[in-house]
This record gives sequence, structure tokens and C-alpha cells, in this order.
Amino acid sequence: MSKKTTRDLVLSILLAGAVCAVLAYCQADTSKHSYAISIIERSAVYAVVAVAMNLLNGFTGLFSLGQAGFMAIGAYVTAILTIPVEMRQNVYYMNGIAGWLENLSIPMVPAMILGGLFAAAAAALIGIPVLRLKSDYLAIATLGFAEIIRALLAAPMMDTITNGSYGLNNIPGYGNVFQPMLIAAVCIGLMVLLINSSYGRAFKAIREDDVAAEAMGINLFRHKEMSFIISSFFTGVAGGMLAVFMRSIDTKTFQVALTYNILLIVVLGGIGSVTGSIIGSFLINGGQEWLRFLDQPLTIGGVEIPLFRAGFRMVIYSILLMVVVLFWRRGIMGNKEFTWDGLFRRKRKRKETTGGEA
Amino acid sequence: MSNILEVKDLKVAYGGIEAVKGISFEVPEGEVVTLIGANGAGKSSTLRSIVGLEKPVSGSILFQGMDLKGMGTETIVTKGITLVPEGRRVFANLTVLENLRMGAYMRKDSLEEDMNWVYDLFPRLKERSWQPAGTLSGGEQQMLAIARALMSKPKLIMMDEPSLGLAPIIVQGVFDIIREINKQGMTILLVEQNANMALRAANTGYVMETGRITLNGTGKKLAEDESVKAAYLGKARAKKKS
Repeated sequence: MSKKTTRDLVLSILLAGAVCAVLAYCQADTSKHSYAISIIERSAVYAVVAVAMNLLNGFTGLFSLGQAGFMAIGAYVTAILTIPVEMRQNVYYMNGIAGWLENLSIPMVPAMILGGLFAAAAAALIGIPVLRLKSDYLAIATLGFAEIIRALLAAPMMDTITNGSYGLNNIPGYGNVFQPMLIAAVCIGLMVLLINSSYGRAFKAIREDDVAAEAMGINLFRHKEMSFIISSFFTGVAGGMLAVFMRSIDTKTFQVALTYNILLIVVLGGIGSVTGSIIGSFLINGGQEWLRFLDQPLTIGGVEIPLFRAGFRMVIYSILLMVVVLFWRRGIMGNKEFTWDGLFRRKRKRKETTGGEA
Repeated sequence: MSNILEVKDLKVAYGGIEAVKGISFEVPEGEVVTLIGANGAGKSSTLRSIVGLEKPVSGSILFQGMDLKGMGTETIVTKGITLVPEGRRVFANLTVLENLRMGAYMRKDSLEEDMNWVYDLFPRLKERSWQPAGTLSGGEQQMLAIARALMSKPKLIMMDEPSLGLAPIIVQGVFDIIREINKQGMTILLVEQNANMALRAANTGYVMETGRITLNGTGKKLAEDESVKAAYLGKARAKKKS
């Protein structure tokens, strides 16, 4: 092993250790750190969806906006199957529960996988007509399908399964903060493996130039469909993660705004960068919470500053986003991945140009 | 010598407009055959339908005696036909090496031998193998496009205007490579507007005009043909020679 790879390995282990230490610190006193824990868990969930969206938008070049719909499928499947049997009559007190569902219960992780599979199956069907479209047209079509899925889940005919507009609650939460992080790590790890495989290369080739890719013998439709299905699978799993995190869901959770939030993370992190999506997810979720002090009334020397009131946070937040996008036009990471080498090179370059502090 | 490719009465249409109006030609194994003609003559459509990117209206395409009708591009590439598309079309954000591996996407066997062969043909690409293809010069990108096509281990390589947008000295280099890979036994079907260069490199030539083949003969004969000279090599030049 060369000196550099040894160094990178040591640094990576240190980083993983540091993350585990932070998690363990939060876990040690969950009631005191519940706020931090909720931010970490939400970020982990969003990171999975963002990477899944990036797989489709960034690596295969398919601009799809159906994320909220596929998350809804995953979330509902996971929620329905994990709500404790003894609680079900309470949850479904208005509409009653379908007989076959009454005693059907499976553990969290298999439920999430099943949720992913349902989302993937829906994607397979939707993909056949929709993937013939390109760019903006594809975005609009997938957006439409996401809304259809949401409407179907809320439909009165589904009341005994999805509990209609009452939503689902009493979903058992995570046992500890390590669980969502571990699930997220496994999901993202699998997607990274796919991106680095020969299929991943074919996806990138389609993004770069579909005419040339087709001439190389790459079946465009088959590969697009594959990318769409796999991305939707992980989006579905993330939907399940979200349900477990929120502990109660209804169809309003999965409106278009959710997709836009994910899109924001992907764009801010860098389209075509997995690490960018992960960094973006923690940055957006953390930043949104950190700015909360702007919503509190502020008095300086007895004078109440008029701007500080509920809603001001989102104004500043939006301005910050615009500034970030103006200065990093291709997102924080561009289409590059985070490497230790890159980090050191950047520091050295900054030192040379600005003389240290940056 | 047997014909590796036989095209008979090929018709290609785009929404009712016929781009290729029934052409027939043969490509003998181990030779360079060129189709020359102006813009819109139907040359590119011919190539695209041979490799399955376009569905012909009628006519037959026989490759090593086998009818390619109804086959998808991935099958045709596996059978041994490859297309270097017009305008290079390298995968700009992928490295040179990744581009070459994409060319071999349909192959399941080891690539090492062909990788070395391609790097021998194009030493420049070896130097740049970790560079994104988009950072190469136009000439280098054309070389990469040819190399990428060769990685599929074809029996017949078709090139769509490899000289497009390149400086004369670079064009010379491209044609040197065409001669070199032909010498190594590769059959080449070349589509060109640069009639002069193409006819000098080719054993056989076909002249296409608005979807029809109007002339054919050996490369040498066509290069000296008065009407070809007049149409493609410049009238002034034709007069001087006569």
C-alpha cells in the first residue's frame, strides 16, 4: 500500500470514528439531545433520497421529479406493516382495517425493503410510457405520476388499508440513532457500487451522449428503466425510513414540496456527486434548524427589532441559498467526489493564494 | 474475395420523406469502401440503418450472409459491426480509458490485448488515458472515437465523416490511421464529403446524390472521373488537369 492510500485509510477510519463518537454522545442522553438526534435522523433519510435522485438525475441524466410519490409508497408500506398489531384498532378507528391486514406485521428492515420493492414495481410500470420522454417533459410526467400515487393513497376506496385522510400513526420509531445512519450507509454504499460498475459507466455514457451510447450497443430504454427502478427502490426505502422517523404520516407529507426539498439538496451538493448529496443533506437540514433563532423575537437594548418574527428564517434561508448557488454554480462539489487528496490540495492552494486563513 | 456486407434496394424514410431511395452496394472483406456525396445525399442514414439505429422501409442488409432485418443495435454490434458516429461524440466527462471501455460494453471477454493494440495505434491516448475526453483536442477526440469503436472488436468499422471540422494536417493523420487499420485486416466503410482524401484511401467508391447512387467504380477511377471532379473536387482543378 502506498503512503497516500494508508493516509487516506487512516483519515477515513478517523472520520467514521468521529461520526460514531458524535452519535454515541447523542445516544448517551437521548432526552437532552433529542433535537440533535432528530436533525441527524432526518438528514440520513434525506441523504438516501438525494443520492437516489442523483443516480437518476446526475448520473443517468433523467430529470425526474417523482420522488415524493415513490417515498409515499415506501412510507405507507413500511407504516402499515410495522404498526403494532395491538394498536391497529386504535389507528383505524374511523374506517376499520381490512381483515387480511389485521394481524400482518413484519420487522422494520424487511418492511422497508418491501416498501422499496413496491416503489420499484410502480416505477417499472410508470417507466414504460414515461421514459420515452426527455428532460422537462419527463420531469412534468413524473411529477404528475407522483401526484396520482398520492391521490390513490388518499382515495376513499383505500381507507381500510391506508386509513385515507386520517393518516397513519403509532409507527414504532428507531431504537437508537445508529439504526437510521446504518441503513442509510448501506443504501448509499450499494448505490455507489452500482455507479462504479460497468452499468454505472453505461448510465454516465447515456447522460453524456445518448446517440453515441446507442451506437456502442447500449440499449437506451433498458438502461434508463433499470436506473429508474433502482433509484425508485432506494427512494421507497427512504420513504420507509421517513415514516419510522416521523412516527405518523399522512398523504400531505408527500406533496411536491418534498421533492423540491430533495432537488435542492441535490443541486446544492452538486449534480453527479454522491458525497455532494450527503453533505448537502446534512447542510440543508442542519442549516434550516440552526436559523431558527431568526424566528424568535429579538430585543436589543429594550428595542424590539421588527424583522425577527415567525417566517423570517425562511427569508434569510432563501437568500443564503441564492448566494450559495451564485458562488458555487455547479453546487458545492460540482460533479467531483470528496477525496482526502482534494481536501488537502484545496487547503494548500488557499494557503498559497490567501496566505493561510480562508 | 467475399463480400462482408451486401446492401440491396435499401430505402430509408423519415416520416414519409425518403432520404435513401433504394440503393445497392457491396463491401468486400478487407477493403476500404467509401460513400461520397454532398449534405443530404443520404450517406449517414445509410450507415445508421446498417447498424440498426434506423429502421429501413424496405430492402435488405446482409452481413456475412446474415440478414440484419429487425435486429437491435446491441445485437448488430455483437455480430461485429461498429459505427464511429458523425461529429466524434466522445463521452466528454468520462476519462479516455472509460470511453474505451464503453466501446467494449457488449463484450464479455478480456480487453487487455485490444487495449494494448489501441494504445499502440494511438500512443497519444495512452498518455491521456486518465484525462476527461472533453479536454482533448478535436483531432484527439476523433482518434478516441475511432479507438472506442475498435474496442468492440468489429469485423466491419463504419466511419461517418471522420474528417469533419479538422485541420488538413490532422485529416491526413486520420486517413493514415484508416490505412493502417485496413492494412491490419479491418474492413472499412467510409462516408465522406472530403472526396479527394476518401477516394485516394478507398479501393471502391460510390457517389451518392439525393438518396441514389449515381456513380461507382474503383477509388482511382472515380478520382479521375470528370463529373466527380466537377462536383466534389472543384471545377477549377478539373480544368487544369484536362
